Amino acid sequence: MGVGITVEQLNAYYGKTQALFDINLNVLANHATALIGPSGCGKSTFIRCLNRMHETIPDARVEGKVRIGDLAVYNGTSATQLRRRVGMVFQKPNPFPTMSIYDNVAAGLKLNGFRNRKQLDEIVEKSLHSSALWDEVKDSLHKKSGASLSGGQQQRLCIARALSVQPEVLLMDEPCSALDPISTGKIEDLIFQLKEQYTIVIVTHNMQQAARVAEFTGFFLLGKMIEFDKTEKVFTNPSDKRTEDYVTGRFG
Amino acid sequence: MASRRKGLPEMTTTSTAIVIPPISLWRRIVDRAMTGVAVLTVILVLLPLGAIFAYLIYKGIGSINLAFLTQTPKPVGEPGGGMANAILGSATILAIASLMGVPLGIGAGIYLAEYGRNRYGDIVRFVSDVLNGVPSIVIGIVAYAIVVLRQKHFSALAGGVALAIMMVPTIARTTEQMLLLVPQAIREAAYGLGVSRWRTTLSITLRTATSGVITGVMLAFARVAGETAPLLFTAFGNQFWNWKLDQPTAALSLQIYTYALSPFDDWHRQAWAGSLVLIVLIVGAVSAVRIAVRRGTLAGA
Amino acid sequence: MSNQALPRPRFNAPEPERASKATLKIESRTAPLLQGKVSEIPDAVFGWAMRLCGIAVVALLGLIVYELMVGSQLSWHAFGWKFFGGQDWNPVEEQFGALPFIYGTLVSSLLSLVIAVPLSVGVSVFITEMCPVALRGPLSFTTELLAAIPSVIYGLWAMFIMVPLLRTYVQPFLAKTLGWTGLFSGPPYGIGMLAAGVILAIMIIPIISSITREVLTVVPQHQREAVLALGATRWEMIRMGVLRNARAGIVGAVILGLGRALGETMAVTMVIGNRAEIAKSLFAPGYTMASVLANEFSEATGDVYLSALIEIGLALFLVTIVVNAMARLLVWSVTRGQPTKGVA
Repeated sequence: MGVGITVEQLNAYYGKTQALFDINLNVLANHATALIGPSGCGKSTFIRCLNRMHETIPDARVEGKVRIGDLAVYNGTSATQLRRRVGMVFQKPNPFPTMSIYDNVAAGLKLNGFRNRKQLDEIVEKSLHSSALWDEVKDSLHKKSGASLSGGQQQRLCIARALSVQPEVLLMDEPCSALDPISTGKIEDLIFQLKEQYTIVIVTHNMQQAARVAEFTGFFLLGKMIEFDKTEKVFTNPSDKRTEDYVTGRFG
Repeated sequence: MASRRKGLPEMTTTSTAIVIPPISLWRRIVDRAMTGVAVLTVILVLLPLGAIFAYLIYKGIGSINLAFLTQTPKPVGEPGGGMANAILGSATILAIASLMGVPLGIGAGIYLAEYGRNRYGDIVRFVSDVLNGVPSIVIGIVAYAIVVLRQKHFSALAGGVALAIMMVPTIARTTEQMLLLVPQAIREAAYGLGVSRWRTTLSITLRTATSGVITGVMLAFARVAGETAPLLFTAFGNQFWNWKLDQPTAALSLQIYTYALSPFDDWHRQAWAGSLVLIVLIVGAVSAVRIAVRRGTLAGA
Repeated sequence: MSNQALPRPRFNAPEPERASKATLKIESRTAPLLQGKVSEIPDAVFGWAMRLCGIAVVALLGLIVYELMVGSQLSWHAFGWKFFGGQDWNPVEEQFGALPFIYGTLVSSLLSLVIAVPLSVGVSVFITEMCPVALRGPLSFTTELLAAIPSVIYGLWAMFIMVPLLRTYVQPFLAKTLGWTGLFSGPPYGIGMLAAGVILAIMIIPIISSITREVLTVVPQHQREAVLALGATRWEMIRMGVLRNARAGIVGAVILGLGRALGETMAVTMVIGNRAEIAKSLFAPGYTMASVLANEFSEATGDVYLSALIEIGLALFLVTIVVNAMARLLVWSVTRGQPTKGVA
């Protein structure tokens, strides 16, 4: 089962520039939550703060409280430990180019010292099933490199890779922005299914996508979270004028 | 005339649109002449290269025989003998140099790419460029001062230290460049799986850049493999077999130098043979690793 | 505040094609496979090990400077600045002046530049501006192959092939035509300053031409087009549109070549004649700083003698550092901010 996420007074900076201002948010376990907003509004920065990916950028820093389940993200937990429980899928598919399909999926476990080959085989198969990729690649698991797949397949491979370490939360940073409509459909389907087992936070600039996959939606503008509510409410009856301008296409 | 330059098709349209006065005969002659001069420079540069390789093969191949590859030098004036001990010595010295220089160089490269994107990194970058320009003979002096003077005798170790110092900056800078070519997204993918930073650097970033890093190592290796100057007063040379790392050791390049300056025709012959062997070893080592790397990446693909 | 007249996003927008639900088989989660605390210590150890490697590079340079300074103390105290002005190099009487070596190093290097610069620039211009694309790769590769040949093999070839050619053809010709300048007089030994300059030129051509090529390729295409549009011939385009723009970078390449020539040891030692004299004629034998180190260092008896040699090493080191730093700055000023590959 997935776990919930609590964010309190989160501020993020790139050097002297502040990218996020006082974000407060509750993400419900086993639901999909979408974050929308124009480019550069901080939604990607926000999601990267949830698994402390933000701090891999030189000069970047974060203030505030984040809890994922029983884990305090910015207090005493190591980033490595945290990321084992919080999977991430990135904007552009980024399979490890020198590894086979199998090794790509197994990488998370292998590189963390997991050695049981039989169990590894099982997990790889399960993860590829879960990302709806198994049937397409089962004959070339060891033969083909992850980079030789098509864009949509690569992204599903990356989802399988993220699932292989059995995370509780899945963060998706515009997972479909580099994909064609058919691949996008497949991935959306997947998200729909996955949220029964995982807590999903998805950043998207495609409002229809947010409407299709998420129960809750947050609207970001200029580093602030303007509105957060049930998806239907945000799209049909937003309480803030700026949200309304955005979802009706008057803005951005 | 503009259309004469290939690869600029858009110029053709411009030149028809604008009325250009006819180009004077003199300017056309100068244009032709300068093209001729450029071709001539190419020939002049390629000529010595061709001559060097032609002579190496022509003079060297006749002198390479089993004795040359298996025997030690005969006493002065006696014909025959070979450079087997020098080939072994070169291998020893290069092995020592690689053992010290390659890990240090790659480590420094990792530092520059993964930790040194700041002022301190800039210092290291500048210093390694400076080190790259230090004459090899000066490095020989330093290796003499730090190894030979302390041990009180010339040795393979001292030679290895000198060559290792020369390898480090080249390896560091190429490793850095190759690591920087690995997209940040690949590192983030590993971080996102909860893989620690050191593991990511070694198993993901370095592994992705392997072929480039090895090419850099081979460049450094090829550069020091034929070095003579820093060995003159470190490894020193030896006419006999030597298996000890703390004793004067023969090297192919040193032997070529000694024989070339000798008054004996037979030794001159052997110097050519030695040169050919040296070139073949360098080119062979470099291409062998290149092929192995290419296989490796293909196997992974 | 909501405005009912505003169009709402369509919730039943045409959805992307969906995979049939039956093929999806979401496996239920198991307990986390990776249990236990993650230690931060290995990361810290690795980070510091890599930093240590970086520090080691700086320490190496420090070590070189330190050893050269300490080693040359004795000679510095004995001769001071006179060391660099003295012409007398007499190990027996422990009198050491480095001027003949400095002179030899400078003259042989400058001579090599005189020969190598026009050739390198010519080759680079040919490769980047004139030659058919198919020839470009092989030609660059071949010139770079020259850089892979060990110095001692250049020396061997120069001793046995080039020097006899110089002696029988080139030197008599030069003496006849340019003998009046005084630069080409005296007996044509073959071995001497001229031979050193020529072999050095052959050795530095790959360096100068590869960097010049790099600099030429970053000259923006529109500069060429601008000159061509004025009705220039190809040569005029190269002269005004390319070479003029790349001037600083080419100078940098030349200085980098100079840095290499100054420190080059083996080939020069084998053909320069190794006599510590200052002669006007390029036919006369000479000596360079690097050569005297190669010849005398391992045989130096006496502390002052050794110290004097190390001081020569120190001087050589300082000169090459200054020359290289200058060159890097110049090359950098041209290629800065531009990709060095993939342009036009």
